[in-house]
Order: sequence, then structure tokens, then C-alpha cells
Amino acid sequence: MASVDVIGVRKAFGHVEVVHGVDVTIRDGEFVILVGPSGCGKTTLLRMIAGLENVTSGEIRIGGQIVNDLPPKMRDIAMVFQNYALYPHLTVGQNMGFSLKLKKASPAEINSRVAEAAEILGLQSLLDRYPRQLSGGQRQRVAMGRAIVRDPQVFLFDEPLSNLDAKLRVAMRAEIKELHRRLATTTVYVTHDQIEAMTMADKIVVMHGGIVEQIGAPLELYDRPANQFVAGFIGSPAMNFLSGTLNVKGGTPHLTLADGAEVPLHKAPAGSDGRPMVLGVRPENLLVAQEGLAAEVGVVEPMGSETQIAVKAGGHALICLIRDRLMPKPGDMLRLAPEPAHVHFFEAETGRRIDAV
Amino acid sequence: MGPFLISSSFAGLHMIVLDQHPPKPLRPMAAPGAVARLVAHRDWLGFWFMLPAGLILVALLVYPLGLGVWLSFTNATIGNAGRFIGLGNYTWIFGDETFLHSIVFTLAYTLIASSIKFAVGLYLALLLNKRLPFKALIRSIILIPFVVPTVLSAIAFWWIFDAQFSIISWSLTRLGLIHHNIDFLGNPLLARACVIFANIWRGVPFVAITLLAGLQTVSPSLYEAATIDGATSWQNFRFITYPLLTPIIAVVMTFSVLFTFTDFQLIWVMTRGGPVNATHLMATLSFQRAIVGGSLGEGAAISSSMIPFLLAAILISWFGLQRRKWQQGSGA
Ligand SMILES: Nc1ncnc2c1ncn2[C@@H]1O[C@H](COP(=O)(O)OP(=O)(O)OP(=O)(O)O)[C@@H](O)[C@H]1O
Ligand SMILES: [Mg+2]
Repeated sequence: MASVDVIGVRKAFGHVEVVHGVDVTIRDGEFVILVGPSGCGKTTLLRMIAGLENVTSGEIRIGGQIVNDLPPKMRDIAMVFQNYALYPHLTVGQNMGFSLKLKKASPAEINSRVAEAAEILGLQSLLDRYPRQLSGGQRQRVAMGRAIVRDPQVFLFDEPLSNLDAKLRVAMRAEIKELHRRLATTTVYVTHDQIEAMTMADKIVVMHGGIVEQIGAPLELYDRPANQFVAGFIGSPAMNFLSGTLNVKGGTPHLTLADGAEVPLHKAPAGSDGRPMVLGVRPENLLVAQEGLAAEVGVVEPMGSETQIAVKAGGHALICLIRDRLMPKPGDMLRLAPEPAHVHFFEAETGRRIDAV
Repeated sequence: MGPFLISSSFAGLHMIVLDQHPPKPLRPMAAPGAVARLVAHRDWLGFWFMLPAGLILVALLVYPLGLGVWLSFTNATIGNAGRFIGLGNYTWIFGDETFLHSIVFTLAYTLIASSIKFAVGLYLALLLNKRLPFKALIRSIILIPFVVPTVLSAIAFWWIFDAQFSIISWSLTRLGLIHHNIDFLGNPLLARACVIFANIWRGVPFVAITLLAGLQTVSPSLYEAATIDGATSWQNFRFITYPLLTPIIAVVMTFSVLFTFTDFQLIWVMTRGGPVNATHLMATLSFQRAIVGGSLGEGAAISSSMIPFLLAAILISWFGLQRRKWQQGSGA
């Protein structure tokens, strides 16, 4: 096990820079998830850590040692590929034992270590099958088995669950988490699924357009997103944004929207009177109230435990999630007010978070 | 497989059509005649569909082959239909030193040329599969020997190896390495080497391009996975590339062996089997005896003697070609 440090790493393919200076510190034994929209450079960063792609500038350290110029096999890492990359001509057992065979380990040792990994993953009965004879979930498990057998310093996963159906994905999520608890190996895991990130990570790195937007524990990102991008990316359904101008009238702040509608607020950032601002409210924090923003009900989606309502208010399309069995009909008018403790303010120009006082 | 596919899909269609009608009430009916049953029965329909293709195949393939084999049992000459003489031609040719030599040389020619074609072709394919500058250009250049008509390239080689005008002799003389022209095609050993070289030159592109196509189907992530697993580039080849390439290697080498074994044009243009029959392949010897020498029966016997060798090659590749267990589509 080892720590991984990514220091000021940039990556250019030809003249196009796709990773623009990334700093991430991963402690020994931590489960870190790189998350971000498609094309933001997650895979590229992971491949640089693995050594499959060289670093244009910056430094990557594994266990304190600079590995920029070390080939993959000297880095003592194991990687699980999105398409699993199982060797089609080798059986499950041979796939898992391949790295040991290359290291010229004795057959007895290979067998015992493969058996051990197979037991952890419940693959004992499949050891003699070929990859094509396995289901997607089983292949995924073999790919993990191949990584486990190596007993590496660091596990790297590149969207390992994206080819699985929703139910299996949930099951494998728990399985990977359990595996990490058991082995406590430092893990870097790439996904574009923020739910995967929220449920599995010790620490989430949110990337966007080749830079890191925010690093933090899942709930930290959820409760205090550093900017509008993270606020919109983390959480499902996504946070609502209302842009307008902040006005303080008679001691209580209001956000005045473009069409003149007003959102009453309890607090506001200092010195924000008259400034353009983006207000962020999560769907579950947008409550139906006596007074507040007038909203016209659009689609109503009852989900049993809660009801998701799409509304139009002040020229914005908003989503609210309510727990009481209020069943408005499309076209009804509601009044909505954000829960005072759960509003986020973002600077209109930069999207940066501003804390209210 | 083709005809069977047709018959089974037709059977499926048949059933669908049946399904669309409500079942007719059973009524006692005279059993249809055997012929009618044969014409209409599902299992036989496939056969009827195959029949036209089968007849064409018989006419175009089996008839000439059969005629050749028949001729080999006669003492036919040009202008004389001849009569059946049993194994006469065979006892004669198997006592003929020239024929026995041609068998040995044909085997050596096939073995040496095919192995070198395989080695060089594989090397070129691996090279072309890497990132190379001007890859498309190099790929087209490599195809040239394959595109040039065989006779043309044979004539070119004839000149290259000519006793007086050989460019090789000329260059070596100019460099001061030799003082007399080398008689490439006049010396039995040298002549054999030269025709083998020409065959290799001509055959490499086919092997290289086909293997390249095979290489390009191997997913790069397998190499990345193996690299992370600790494989060196040799181990990548040995444990990933080679096993994944074996099915296509089997196909390419079968064709290569068959083409080489039955080669005719190169030899005929370059040496006519000479000097002193040193470079006769079974095919050229057969032509020489049958057409040039006029003994159709004897020539046919020589060609027919190639059949067991070719069948053996096909059988070997048949077993080599059988689907590997890991490939799609075979039983578990
Ligand atoms: N070999 C390459 N050559 C040129 N550009 C590349 C190469 N690999 C990736 N890129 C570019 O780098 C950017 C980041 O790609 P990357 O694969 O890291 O995205 P990602 O975050 O993993 O996305 P996804 O979620 O879709 O997998 C993309 O714009 C992509 O086009
Ligand atoms: Mg990716």
C-alpha cells in the first residue's frame, strides 16, 4: 500500500492540452473517486498514474517515489479496464494468474493465490471457463480478481461498472466497497456517475475540462460545493439555480429575478446588496410554502416515498422534491420558498461559492 | 454450412406459414407417394436447393479432376486418346530419378519458401502494426510484388539472375568483389536458391498483409493489461499476439503452402526446370512431360501424384483450423 501524489500534472496530446495542471493527494489506503463529465480527462489522469501515458509536465509519486519515468510494471499498480481487457484465449484462472506466471512464480504459488482471490470474489466454480463463457458481471469480477492476485500498492479502476445493468451495478458497488474495506489498498476509481462517487468514495475529486474543480468528502461536496459546477454535478436530481439580483429591503434580503419576481431569503453574503448572484437550492430544500415564489406546476412524478415536481417560476425551470403526499396537478400554482439553512450563493460572473453571513 | 443454413431457415419459414393458419381438421388421406414426399419433405428441400450449385460444382471441378486422374491410367499422347494401362504410368514414374528428385525439390521448395515467407511476413506485419511514419505508403509498397503479374516478375528475376547481364554480377564486379559473372541459373544449387528467393519475394506480401489484418483485430487494451501485468514486449508477443493470431496464421499458411506447392509460372519462366532438371517442381515436370513431350498419360500421372500431398496439407490445416475453445461459436 502506498500514497499517491499528483503534483501539477499536465498532459498534452500533440498541441492540444487536455489536463491543465492537476494536484491531488491520496493517502495510503484511501478510496478516491475521480468524477466528472465525459471528456474531462479522468481516464487520461488515471492512465498517467498507471504509466500507460506519459506526463507532459508535473510529477506523479507513488509511495513518495517519483514514478514519471518508471514503466507500468515497475509501479506496482493494478488496473481494471472499462472493457475488462480479459485475455480471451486464457481461462479465468490463467487470466488471474497471468502476472504471477510472468514473474516466474511456482505453479503451486500461482494456484494458491488465484484460489485465494477466487474465493474472495466467489469465482471458484468458474476458474476453468473462458471469458466468452461469462456474464458481464462475472467478467467484471475476473478483471478485479486479476488485480487482486497482484496484491499491488494501488488499484486503478476505470469506469468498471459502466457496462453493467443498473441492479448489478448497485450490487457490485457494495462489493467493491467491501473489498476495499477488506484489503485496505489505496484505490483510484474513475466514474462519471456521481451516485457511484457519493456512495463509494472516501474522497471525491471533481474534474471538469481538464482541471480539478473541488476535492473533498462526499457530504462535504454535497453540503458546501465550491462552485456552481460542482453544485450542479453532485446530487440527483441536480440543484436548481436561480439567477437574479440581490436586494436588501427593510432588513430582509431578496433575490429579484429577471421578470421581477422575488425570492425571500433569510440571509445573504455580506456586501451583496445590488449584486448579480446565482442562488442554488437543492430540489429537496425547495419547499411549498404560504408565501414565496409563484410557480406553475408542470410534470408531477410520484415515486412513492417522495414526489418530484417540475415547475416553471420566474423564467426558470425548477425541480422540487417533496415528501408529503401533496398531489398538485399540471397547471396548478404553488408558492415555493427555499429552506433558509440550505441555500447556496454563487458569484454570477465566476460561479464561485460565497458564504452567507 | 451454407446449404444447411438455407434449409433450416426455410424450415423456419415453413413453420411460420403453418402457424398462421388454424389447424385443419384431420381427414383420412391416402399416403402421398414416395416421390411426392421427397419433393415436399422439409429435410429434403435443402437438398433440392443445393442441387443446381452442386451440379455446377461437379461440372467445373470434378469433371476436369476426374479426367486428369483417368488420363493418368492411360497411355494417351497428344493426338491419341490412348487406352487403359492400369498403374503403368505410376510404376514408370516412380522408377524415374527425375520425378523422384522433383518430389524432393517440391517439398524442399514448399518448406523453405513457406517458412521464410511466414517469418518475414510476420515480421513485416508486426512492424506495420506499430506507429510508423509513411505507414500507408510503406503498406502499398509492400503489396507491389503481389500486384505485379507473376510472369512479369519472373522475367525480371530471370534478368536479375542472367548469366551475362545480371545486375548483381555487375554490381559485385564494380565493387571489385568478383572477377567473373556469376552464373546464377546455370549452377544447380544456385538456381534452386534463386527460384526459392523469387517465390519468397512474391509470396511475402500476401502473408504480411493478411497477418497485419489479424493483428489489427487484437484490442490494444489487452497489451496494456499485459504491460501492467508485467509483460515485456517479447512476452506480449509470445503470450498475447501469437496465440490470438494462430487462427489466421493457420489460414494464411494453408493457402501459402498450397500455392507454393503447386507453383508453376516462376520456375517455367526462369529456368524451365533446368539446369539438368535441378529446379523441376512436380507441376513443371508434369507440364514438360505432358505438353512439351506429348505424353499426356505420364504427365497426368505426375500431376495426380500431387493430390495426396495436397490432401495431407489440407487435412493438417483442417485440424489446425478447428475452432480453438476460447473462440466464439464453439461448444463449451
Ligand atoms: N490519445 C489521445 N489523443 C488525443 N486526444 C486524446 C487522446 N486520449 C484522450 N484525448 C482527449 O483528451 C480528453 C480527455 O479524455 P479522457 O479519455 O481522459 O476523458 P474521460 O474523462 O475519461 O471521459 P469519459 O468519461 O468519456 O471516459 C478528451 O477531450 C479526448 O478527446
Ligand atoms: Mg474515460
